[in-house]
Amino acid sequence: MRRQLYEVQRAMRARRETALRRGIIAVLDIGTSKVACLVLQFVPDEIGEGEDTRPVLSQGAFRVIGAANTRSRGIAFGEIASMDECERAVRTAIQGAQKMANLRVDHVIVSFSGGRPRSYGCTGEVEVEHGAVAERDIGNVLAACEIPDYGHDRDALHALPVNFCLDQRSGLTDPRGQIGGNLAVDMHLVTVGSTPLRNILHCIRRCDLELAGVVVSSYASGLASLVEDEQELGAACVDIGGGATGISIFVRRQMIYADAVRMGGSHVTSDICQGLQVSMQDAERLKTMHGGLIATGLDDRDMIELPSILGDWDHDRRQISRSELIGVMRPRVEEILEEVRARLDASGFEYLPSQRVVLTGGSSQIPGLESVASRILGRQCRIGKPLRVQGLPQSATGTAFSTAVGLAMHVSYPQDECWDFETPADRQGARRVTRALRWFKENW
Amino acid sequence: MLPVKTPPRVPARRDPAPSRLRYKLNRLWLRPAFRRATNFGVPAAVGLLAALTLMAQYDVRGQVLALVGSAREAIIDRPQFVITEVSVPDVSRDLAEQIRVAAFVHLPVSSLALDVGAVRERVESLAAVERARVRALASGVLEIRAVERIPVVVWRSEDGLELLDQNGVRVAEIDSRLRRPDLALIAGAGAEKQVPEALALLAETGPVAARVRGLVRVGERRWDLVLDRDQVVKLPEADAAAALRRVMAMEKGEDLLKRDLAVVDMRDPRRPMLRLTEHAVSEIERLKKTATGEDA
Repeated sequence: MRRQLYEVQRAMRARRETALRRGIIAVLDIGTSKVACLVLQFVPDEIGEGEDTRPVLSQGAFRVIGAANTRSRGIAFGEIASMDECERAVRTAIQGAQKMANLRVDHVIVSFSGGRPRSYGCTGEVEVEHGAVAERDIGNVLAACEIPDYGHDRDALHALPVNFCLDQRSGLTDPRGQIGGNLAVDMHLVTVGSTPLRNILHCIRRCDLELAGVVVSSYASGLASLVEDEQELGAACVDIGGGATGISIFVRRQMIYADAVRMGGSHVTSDICQGLQVSMQDAERLKTMHGGLIATGLDDRDMIELPSILGDWDHDRRQISRSELIGVMRPRVEEILEEVRARLDASGFEYLPSQRVVLTGGSSQIPGLESVASRILGRQCRIGKPLRVQGLPQSATGTAFSTAVGLAMHVSYPQDECWDFETPADRQGARRVTRALRWFKENW
Repeated sequence: MLPVKTPPRVPARRDPAPSRLRYKLNRLWLRPAFRRATNFGVPAAVGLLAALTLMAQYDVRGQVLALVGSAREAIIDRPQFVITEVSVPDVSRDLAEQIRVAAFVHLPVSSLALDVGAVRERVESLAAVERARVRALASGVLEIRAVERIPVVVWRSEDGLELLDQNGVRVAEIDSRLRRPDLALIAGAGAEKQVPEALALLAETGPVAARVRGLVRVGERRWDLVLDRDQVVKLPEADAAAALRRVMAMEKGEDLLKRDLAVVDMRDPRRPMLRLTEHAVSEIERLKKTATGEDA
């Protein structure tokens, strides 16, 4: 048994609560193509009567008071490739958001799209101690889950209790207070490679910020771009970013699967760069201005002037038709989507009651992606913009910002994780003082 | 990997990222406490320190003080501010002279240096002045407008004779009742606090006005009306005016007070009492005996 199980996560949770009490927290989406930062201000509602007034946060009680994004550098496949460059990008984003908010932020929640996230489903089963299920029983059952051996080079990022089962009565989200004998839980464990994760943590530390949480970016973008009944009935969110494509599957408001394909929009750009022999910047510009996925007859006649490398207008002029550009882009997009399909098939997505696919992320803005994706994935697809949140600038409402918005929503309404419940004393290891205190608390 | 020592080259585009120092300074600047300290604390501290350092040197301080003093005097001594005359309009000459003395203004004086409030207080401390208004006019005149107290009664107290005004405030002392025969006389301890009531009572004494010698306050609670021939009308504590009106009605109808009475006692309004003089009593005895035919 691991002794200091989830200690880092508990510390991050404590910092998140501190930040929420203070009312200011920043969310940082470190992506391959851009770094986006939102500064959130929380307005706690006072509830309770008399002395028992403690601030309680409700969903939507926050507003965005600062937003900034910058081109990210030194990041490949969602992982840090050059620490200095990445740190600079983070500093730029943080400073811009601070300037807009005119406030200093100390706590930051980061999304993480690299590190090859892997999902595990685990189950645990215990007897309920005193008839009615108490918080302690939930801690017990979560601790009783069989943690698979995911390797020493990986870290658990999420451990979400997805489903509780009380005496063969399944589908409970919160069994507390119910009478029963046998409590079982299905837990969804997401692990990522620990080296890229540690790099991210180190980068944040170098920017003088305190990390209050790390979230898998596909989870965050699913929270932001799936509407309520999609989350309830089952849907997959495909977040096609710059260097990685995240996949998350939601059913009954819980994420049950997360995965990532290490391909994204920057690969399309590099294809254009190589295929048409233009510079990377020009390729990016061609992709955003003229790109598409479905060629029509009109596109054959739609000629695009390629920027010349030498700048010699007389001798170095090239023209391509738009259908040629589409011909370069489409195979790569199809490859990404086929990979996504393979992952979805492996996950058992086909057994869900509803199988909608929501495409989001910056690369989902390619015209015609919807129909190509429907054909390849074989399901209804739509482009999912993030939900509107208060105070978000108009420029940050596009699909590229769904991860940042999803992080904000995750902060305001955090899902219970395994480490939010207290581990039973016998599994806690050698923290004797804590054990003594707990004994006093329980017996007095 | 990039070479450890990059060759110097001209940067193509300016790096938008803040340097680490800049970033840290920016975050420091966003601390409210730090910003307050820099914006207000540091300038205030520097100013204070500079002033203290400068004033700590003796000769500098002397120079500064002398400079301030001379500047002040130059302003105060301008001819536009000088007061050359004190005018006390609309009061009698005696009082005007008293007020001038009491005002204690040494002419010429600058109107900036003159404490007008103090002058007013000094003038108002005169017994004969009820209130005063003092102002420096633009023409160099200090105008003291005083409202005189008007004496309404003479009060014979333990200390002597005093003139009182409507509110029972002392106006002046006099040495003889004959100086103000036009004013009524009141006497007794506590009489000065009830001057309006005394005046109201005296106004009721119409039929015997010529005979009234005065009102005496008894035990600081009720009045005695004293007439000549040592006649006394004892008035009750409550509603003395009504009792007095009753006596006056009897005087009109029956010439009560012209008779040989010593005291009319109205202290109990339900049972007025008369006390005759000794002479009257003996006279009644004599007449009774005469009527019954006995010997004298």
